[in-house]
Amino acid sequence: MAVVAAGPSGLQQLWFFLIAVLWLGYFFLEGFDFGVGILLPFVSRDDTDRRIVVNTIGPVWDGNEVWLIVAGGATFAAFPTWYATLFSGFYLALFVLLAALIFRGMAFELRHRRDDARWRARWDQALFWGSAVPAFLWGVAFADFVHGVPLGPHHVMEGTVLDLVKPYALVGGLATLSLFSLHGAAYLGLKTEGALRERAREAGKRLAPVALVAVGALLTWTYLSAHAWHHAGLVPPPLPIFGLGALAVVGWLIHERQEGWAFVATAVAVVALFATLLLNLYPDVLVSSLRAANDLTIAESASQRYTLEVMSWVALIFTPLVLAYQAWSYWVFRQRVRRPDDH
Amino acid sequence: MGALLAGVSTLTLARWQFAVTTVFHFLFVPLTIGLGLLVAIMQTAAQRTKDPAWERATRFFGTLFLVNFAIGVVTGIVQEFQFGMDWSRYSVFVGNIFGAPLAIEGLLAFFLESTFLGVWIFGRGRVSPRIHLASIWLASIGTILSAAFILAANAWMQHPVGYRIDARTHQAVMSSFWAVMTNSTFVLEFGHVLFAAFLTGSAFLLGVAAWHLHRGHDTEAFGRAARVGVVVVLVASVGTIFLGDSQGKQLETQQPMKMAAAEALYTTQHGASFSLLTIGDLAGNPIFQIRVPHILSVLATNTWNGKVDGIHQLQAAAERRYGAGSYVPVIWLLYWTFRIMVGLGFALLALGVLGLWLWRRRRLDTTGWYLRAATWLLLAPFVANTAGWIFTEVGRQPWVVYGLLKTSRAVSVLAPGYVAASLIGFTAIYSVLAVVEIGLMVRLGRVPPALEAPAAPDEHGLIY
Ligand code: HDD
Ligand code: HEM
Ligand code: HEM
Repeated sequence: MAVVAAGPSGLQQLWFFLIAVLWLGYFFLEGFDFGVGILLPFVSRDDTDRRIVVNTIGPVWDGNEVWLIVAGGATFAAFPTWYATLFSGFYLALFVLLAALIFRGMAFELRHRRDDARWRARWDQALFWGSAVPAFLWGVAFADFVHGVPLGPHHVMEGTVLDLVKPYALVGGLATLSLFSLHGAAYLGLKTEGALRERAREAGKRLAPVALVAVGALLTWTYLSAHAWHHAGLVPPPLPIFGLGALAVVGWLIHERQEGWAFVATAVAVVALFATLLLNLYPDVLVSSLRAANDLTIAESASQRYTLEVMSWVALIFTPLVLAYQAWSYWVFRQRVRRPDDH
Repeated sequence: MGALLAGVSTLTLARWQFAVTTVFHFLFVPLTIGLGLLVAIMQTAAQRTKDPAWERATRFFGTLFLVNFAIGVVTGIVQEFQFGMDWSRYSVFVGNIFGAPLAIEGLLAFFLESTFLGVWIFGRGRVSPRIHLASIWLASIGTILSAAFILAANAWMQHPVGYRIDARTHQAVMSSFWAVMTNSTFVLEFGHVLFAAFLTGSAFLLGVAAWHLHRGHDTEAFGRAARVGVVVVLVASVGTIFLGDSQGKQLETQQPMKMAAAEALYTTQHGASFSLLTIGDLAGNPIFQIRVPHILSVLATNTWNGKVDGIHQLQAAAERRYGAGSYVPVIWLLYWTFRIMVGLGFALLALGVLGLWLWRRRRLDTTGWYLRAATWLLLAPFVANTAGWIFTEVGRQPWVVYGLLKTSRAVSVLAPGYVAASLIGFTAIYSVLAVVEIGLMVRLGRVPPALEAPAAPDEHGLIY
């Protein structure tokens, strides 16, 4: 426990922020993938519509999901105890999440492989639930991180899965579910045409107030209770306000057919929301709801200096490359996806 | 369920879960690695020669490759998180070292393969043919890089190097990344697994092509594919056998118990013989055996009369070094998985040699028995891969990190019910996936490609 007194070193802080950036990238990118999957049954009228919707994210969804994989791997390498405690502690939730991601991933590659309405309908369901369930669960999980989990003295989660389903966490789930859906609607507005684009607009207009209320409730609750949870992290006050501000104008931007700006605004809201939640944790990585002494800190959970140095060099050299070719692939697929017949 | 599970420990359940999910992941992984490279080679031939038969072969096997790839991806995500879920004490112990290659794998390999595969699938007609070709090559390189990093992590568990144990935290911490990435165990394991993956891809190519040739479908496209298959089966089986043999010798110094158990050799011998098969028990009382003199010594030490340690001696030595307990893995499992792997390796070598011989006599496309045998042998690499991993991983027991951490101390602190639920859940999901996936592969694999190339989708064409 003597080490707890020492704050995190510079290198440890760097890795905490890098992992936060990986999560932000993941939610920014896969956020709209989830939204597109959730909106699939609501905006489509026939199979061609559904194909168009799936094709808007077809070339990029796997690359987007890799952000999650790298976030997991980087946590393992930089903060082994965080990785171990987190994933064993959220065991059943993680199982459900993985099951959802499995069916969703299969749906992309398999739905078009057979010209059979029942086969396709089944994979469409997989795509919907495989997007909606993670969109909800991520919010629950991040709210739990902030509120604290029943972490015992040896960094083992005590209590049961029910401890993770608190009202605050459910608000978190609703916030991410509605926000990702809205983010997806904005993306579809950018990537489709004609009637589909109009329906995505309609969906966006309806979702915007819902997301504003849910995200607003989550952030307000977090702000009001942070000190009661003995935990306020280092969130710069403008950050959540900025996020909510962006969210507040989304409905209007969609109405004004400013699709590009609407997408930027939902992206800002996603990033600001998750940045708020993650920075709230600092200098901990997991907060104990039992005793402050049980909190798992950045310093305690971190790998040693040498590992972090090696990882920093690798990240420094390769991250720019990865960002460049991922951006390039978005550039290649920048056009709207059209109906093959009206061309 | 409660009654069924009474007395089953979290450890046992976690081990079953790891075995089920990892073996399943690795059924598809080698085909992805192998077929990815072969599709890239065929597409290169198609673009160089402008020959429509190459183009048809590329598209046909490209489709099978993609369907297989998808399942590799979704089962891989489970692998990434499973260490933390089921093996949290392991994760804390090894994270400093083991986490690094895992994270680097994601950054270097998974981004590469997923991004460029997206470009390959959707980019036809949208990017230039050269960039389209480059994208399948980059995706293929991504799969190979991913194997490299994950196997570096696995090899470290087999033979830890470049580490020290931190006195305060009792974690293994990295002292040399270079040592971890140049681990002698890793070098051989990577070579063996990579050749095994190419063998898997090429036996698949050859087997599917043979099925169609036997029925007289599109002999131009499948004849070309079969020839690529024969060459790569031959090269890759030689490579796999050669490296496997080196691994055997290395094991004799690094994990002698694994070798002794693989032969069920109870007492130390000079000039030890190798049994091809045993009927009866392996506890030292065989009823019937076929033995080849001196071969075990040659396998393990490269000398005719080399000394091979026996299980009893190794157990005693391990107790002296690590304290009381059993250091003997499940012998029958090691004995048989080793023989299955090696036997199938030679069967595949024979497939390659015969194929080359028939090709030289211009009878490759028409020899019915060979085509039928090739179709059946398509399954062999899948069995051999699984046998190889079971041999490697079970043979390391009771250690999860050899000599440093026992499996029993690696498992998460969790109620067995949680692990049981996810074990049942994953098994059920994977069973559904297997049925859907294999059903679809068989369906798609039976339809010969249309003779005229499909019009390239215009830039707004729908792919999915
Ligand atoms: C020798 C090769 C090899 C081995 C031993 C493993 N894998 Fe694997 N894995 C691959 C080779 C591979 C691959 C060829 O790169 C895959 C298969 C299909 C694919 O898309 O990539 C893949 C996919 C894949 C993915 C999905 C990547 C994506 O979304 O694109 C993850 C997260 C993992 N794997 C993680 C693991 C972990 C944690 C393993 C250790 C237990 C593991 N794999 C064993
Ligand atoms: C980097 C790659 C791998 C790592 C890090 C790894 C790690 C582990 C771990 C932590 C266990 C649990 C301990 C135990 O149950 O014995 C295990 C067991 C096992 N692994 Fe691996 N493994 C890897 C690759 C594979 C692959 C690719 C396969 C096969 C397809 C495989 C097959 C098994 C099997 C069958 C077991 C169960 C052994 C037993 O229960 O006795 N492993 N491995
Ligand atoms: C005559 C041929 C072969 C020999 C002598 C051989 C030898 C070996 C040995 C000694 C190991 C254990 C290495 C260790 O525990 O560190 C191994 C593992 C393995 N083998 Fe083979 N093998 C042969 C053929 C094959 C074939 C044909 C395949 C698949 C197509 C295959 C796939 C594997 C795999 C996937 C592993 C586990 C990974 C590893 O440890 O390298 N092997 N082999």
